Amino acid sequence: MVADPSVSRRDALRAAAIGGTALLLGVNLRSASIAAISGGASATFAPDAFIRITSDGRATLIMPQTEMGQGIYTALSMLIAEELDLPLDEVTLEEAPANDKLYGNPIFKVQATGGSTSVRGYWLPLRTVGASARAMLVSAAARRWRVDPSTCRTEAGEVIHDASGRRSSYGPLAAAAMRETPPSAPQLKRLEDFRLIGRSHRRLDTRPKTDGSLRYGIDAMPEGVRFASLACAPVLGGRVERVDDSQARALPGVRQIIVLNDIVAVVADTSWGAMRALAAIDIKWRDGEFGSLSTETLREALIEAGRADGNVAVDTGASSKLSGEGVISEFYDLPLLAHAPMEPMNCTVHVTAERCEVWVGTQVMTMTQRAAAEEAGLPPEKVVVHNHLIGGGFGRRLEVDGVRKAVRIARHVDGPVKVVWSREEDIARAPYRSLYGSWMRARLEDGRPVAWGHKVAGPTVVGRWLPPAFDGKVDNDAVDGAAETPYDLPASYVTWVRHEPKGIATAFWRGVGPNMNVFATESFVDRVAHEAGRSPLDLRRSMIGKHLRARAVLDMAAEKAGWNDPLPHRQGRGISLQFAFGTYLCTIAEVAVDEDGAVKVLRMTTAVDCGTPVNPDGIVSQIQGGIIFGLSAALHGRITISNGRTEQSNFHDYRVLRMNETPRIEVHVIRNAEPPGGIGEPGTVSVQAAVANAIYAATGVHLTRMPIDQSLLAKGARA
Amino acid sequence: MFEISINGNRRQAQVDGDTPLLWVLRDVLGLTGTKFGCGIAQCGACTVHVDGSPVRSCRLPVSAVGARSITTIEGIGASPIGAKVQKAWLDLEVIQCGYCQSGQIMSAVALLEGNSNPDDEAIDAAMSGNICRCGTYVRIREGIKRAANGG
Amino acid sequence: MIGRYRNWLLLGGAALILAAVVAWRLLFLPDALDFAGGTRVPLADYGRSGIAGVPEELAKAEPLARGKYLAEAADCAACHTAKGGRPFSGGRPFKLPFGTIYTPNITPDRETGIGAWTDAEFLRAVHKGIGRNGQRLYPAFPYASYTMLTDADVIAIRRYLGSLAAVRQANLPNTFAFPFNQRWLMAIWGAFFNSDRRFEPVRERSVQWNRGAYLVEAAGHCGECHTPRTLMQAMDTRRKFAGGQAEGWNAYNISGDRLSGIGQWTDAELTEYLAKGHATGRGVASGPMAEAVELSTSRLTHSDITAMVAYLRTIPPVRTKASPAMAGPAPAAASAGPSGNVPGKRIFEGACASCHAWSGRGAITSDQQLTGNRAVNDGSASNVAMMILHGTGGTPERPGAYMPSFAAAYSDTEIADVANYVTARFGAKPSRITASDVKRMREE
Ligand code: FES
Ligand code: FES
Repeated sequence: MVADPSVSRRDALRAAAIGGTALLLGVNLRSASIAAISGGASATFAPDAFIRITSDGRATLIMPQTEMGQGIYTALSMLIAEELDLPLDEVTLEEAPANDKLYGNPIFKVQATGGSTSVRGYWLPLRTVGASARAMLVSAAARRWRVDPSTCRTEAGEVIHDASGRRSSYGPLAAAAMRETPPSAPQLKRLEDFRLIGRSHRRLDTRPKTDGSLRYGIDAMPEGVRFASLACAPVLGGRVERVDDSQARALPGVRQIIVLNDIVAVVADTSWGAMRALAAIDIKWRDGEFGSLSTETLREALIEAGRADGNVAVDTGASSKLSGEGVISEFYDLPLLAHAPMEPMNCTVHVTAERCEVWVGTQVMTMTQRAAAEEAGLPPEKVVVHNHLIGGGFGRRLEVDGVRKAVRIARHVDGPVKVVWSREEDIARAPYRSLYGSWMRARLEDGRPVAWGHKVAGPTVVGRWLPPAFDGKVDNDAVDGAAETPYDLPASYVTWVRHEPKGIATAFWRGVGPNMNVFATESFVDRVAHEAGRSPLDLRRSMIGKHLRARAVLDMAAEKAGWNDPLPHRQGRGISLQFAFGTYLCTIAEVAVDEDGAVKVLRMTTAVDCGTPVNPDGIVSQIQGGIIFGLSAALHGRITISNGRTEQSNFHDYRVLRMNETPRIEVHVIRNAEPPGGIGEPGTVSVQAAVANAIYAATGVHLTRMPIDQSLLAKGARA
Repeated sequence: MFEISINGNRRQAQVDGDTPLLWVLRDVLGLTGTKFGCGIAQCGACTVHVDGSPVRSCRLPVSAVGARSITTIEGIGASPIGAKVQKAWLDLEVIQCGYCQSGQIMSAVALLEGNSNPDDEAIDAAMSGNICRCGTYVRIREGIKRAANGG
Repeated sequence: MIGRYRNWLLLGGAALILAAVVAWRLLFLPDALDFAGGTRVPLADYGRSGIAGVPEELAKAEPLARGKYLAEAADCAACHTAKGGRPFSGGRPFKLPFGTIYTPNITPDRETGIGAWTDAEFLRAVHKGIGRNGQRLYPAFPYASYTMLTDADVIAIRRYLGSLAAVRQANLPNTFAFPFNQRWLMAIWGAFFNSDRRFEPVRERSVQWNRGAYLVEAAGHCGECHTPRTLMQAMDTRRKFAGGQAEGWNAYNISGDRLSGIGQWTDAELTEYLAKGHATGRGVASGPMAEAVELSTSRLTHSDITAMVAYLRTIPPVRTKASPAMAGPAPAAASAGPSGNVPGKRIFEGACASCHAWSGRGAITSDQQLTGNRAVNDGSASNVAMMILHGTGGTPERPGAYMPSFAAAYSDTEIADVANYVTARFGAKPSRITASDVKRMREE
């Protein structure tokens, strides 16, 4: 979500510099909540908000970021354990409680997980935390043994004094270490001394996911819980007009029917009982002003908005060169998309006059707490949020709309109530990835762009979600991947038109801003190549100057994909190269298009340079998953609106990729010593242009919209 | 009142006979390892074994279970193939968010019970009804092959 | 010369006779019960009660409850309710080859409904197909069947309709072009094809059989969909119940033929089908039949369903090409099925196999069984494709058979591919429908 990776890196450094000792180590900030989680046990070494070692040797690490499959528990633990020399296989991990001060993401400053920022943000802070704790343990041991701390070393959870042969595991040192003063500038390991970082480590969160024992938010079962299903107004801003629930009341197991302004909910003995009763209620909605909204009108409004010049993100003297003879141009656009994580939206709430307890899986702990407090009419400190591991976030759980609705319902229920969204409700009444449009222009000279124009139109999600991060002029996320490309462009002109679509709520979606910008940029590069009669690979090579890391991923992907190997008729390869989230990545897609226009993606080859790899196999896994997520969008993804209502409802009409559509995916990680870049989003971002360009190569049809419209690709069809 | 056999135990549930087994497991018996994903047999998250066959429990009314025995993700590790699949899943780091994986494992075990050495085509045929939004398909395929070859 | 004239005369005469025969066959069709032989008598002369009206169990019910039962037996709600609309307020479109017709509002609203109608006007509409202002009604309104209902039953239905909440909803105009917009032509049609005679039982047959006949022919108007139509769009009663069409779906042969019809169904299967919309191993009622079951047959008493079954059993077999002998279960192994339709197989394995199973026996309950289902054995694949496009069973929360509509996310080509795969894998006769067939069906 933070557009300029150099900014984010700066931020991370700053967080380490100021927060690294004062804020994050937080010795002087050892707050009530930390005392509470450490149980007040005197024999606990809890030097900061992230580490607890008890005298019996048990180590607990507090996870400030939410695990939603991206492997962050493992990567963050590795950062601490590397510097602390803690054996990772026995640690216990614990979800951090709501507390922005202690657990605010170093980049966002609030407790949020998203934007591929976790490892980037915590790279230095958590290592500092580990190193500092280690120093305190060493001091405590040295003091006990009356030796110079510099003559002690640590290994696998022990302090060792080689000269005397003395050694102590951390547990017995816990109490003493607590009395040590944290070092002001703890020494971090040199890269070559890493024992954990850079080697694939088994994931710490997955074992209970193999036997059903892991409890997600949807599995929360507080004593006496009842189950609710809800129907929200199908049109944004709609209201309940009237309700006939006579049939529903008669159904077995129905406890309560709750009618709010814009929600009808049924509470029953089982979720099914609630869903069935809800379906039996005849609800008449009053649609309000968006009752006639449609995808077409939304798209027209976007295009209309695109007539404006927009706010300038980059201007290196290109604007005057981008009209008239010799300029090629193209318009690219993306549809609305739902997140559709496998775990449907859900939230369990127990509201009483004095307090509110919430069980949920959220990417935003403190926002969840505040939202629940607002809806419950309580101060935030009266709200306890039990965060859970998440069954898929992708940006959906950066939003607290579901928490608000659940609390509103729970206020009418005596005792805890678990509100579970049906898949239909989850898909049809959600905030969506917005539609975006990109207007591309280029002036070519000698087969090379000499002036480059990119105007992108779309909403600012950042502006709503994290207002301080938006300066009111240019949303860095919205121009991420456009403002800075991997290329040296002699002159460029990049602008952003803020366009908030009316009648739909918009949200972050895996890949965020770069999804549009990389799709447009990389598709247009192929268009330019076509125009200039050059190979897409050669043109890109010639356009790369100072971004040497981009050249390396491009060359590696081309080599591994066998770029020059001949392909049969109606098969093609396409490149997408990007620099976003601090990571360089290149994907080459190989596709076959049959005579009817059906596209089969055969192979995806990715080379990625995300700086120092923390858990290399985790990187591969994230890229594989990200590519599959992107393929779902490219091949099938589309939310359409008619009469203000979403036309899709479940996986039968909101298709996502299945195993038998999954191509061969190869991921090659380039290692270097640069600070880590993000890895959750980049894979997804690279897919659309790579596939579209491969189709371009296979058929000569240049697709400018997603998802792929097969009717344009049938033999003889004209785009 | 329905009495059903789950993971070798007799369990009773006082529910309407139309209630899908999924919700009896989750909401009444507290066996939350079986997941709700779509409710219309399109995602596979709710897969259980009914007399050894993979069945989408979200569309199976509890009244239709009868005397057949149910195995859920909580019980699958007791079978040798189940344990092998779980191990392969961990060894190959198949899992991301994990929400779909109960269903994936149940489908994979059922496949291997009937075909000890499935090729890609057989894997596609058995597994394409299970959606993974995190995109773990590549590793699921490897995991099945690993489990088939002795883990 | 004379010889030549004679030849011409002979030829002309023969042509005339031929035309007359053709016209005769086109214009004068057997009546619904002629196949049964016996003596037809006015209801009053039959001597025993229990043929018209409500079944015995309901004899003492409130008049409105009796009217409701009859309205259900006549399935008024299905046609007179638009998708998502209020019951009986009309507006449901029927696409006919020459335009679209919208059913009218039959709630008691005085301006837009039938609140202001007299009983006589109502009777005339139901029996003769003549509207309130004397305009002729199109036979999409099945008055050729309803004409057999007794006056008392029609009036009972009228009373029930009159008791409903009035819905103000203006009727939509039909979109018929010339000459089909000439309503008076329907008078000629009616003169030939609407007997305008009340139900006459067959003296030699039992009360149960005659009750079944009344329910099947008069109220249930089964023949309107299940009997093929002649050129003149009349029910071809010579091929009674040999299969027809309804809104893009094939209405299958329900004559007694063992191969093409329901000759091999047991009474229990027929009863279960009418009562629940599904008989194990025989498939699920879908499309318009699903509605007919939901809104009509499932609401009938057991004795009435039994009577219908008893009557249906006596319909003479008609062998038709559309329904060949059914295929048995497909192989359980995915790879053993038809080859050469990779896209169809791919969709089936992703979206369909979880429910239907590779064997077609159904993977969850017998609701999903394809084996023995007529749709998959129908080489036209019409109902298979219609089912994939439109789904069936209302909403997912409803227990029992439910299938979502796949129309929105799959292309015409994909739906044709998977329909062809399904008939090839599970049916007796592989279909070869194309994307353009599917495109047409989408519009149904
Ligand atoms: S929840 Fe049963 S298949 Fe999706
Ligand atoms: S692992 Fe997350 S949905 Fe499959």
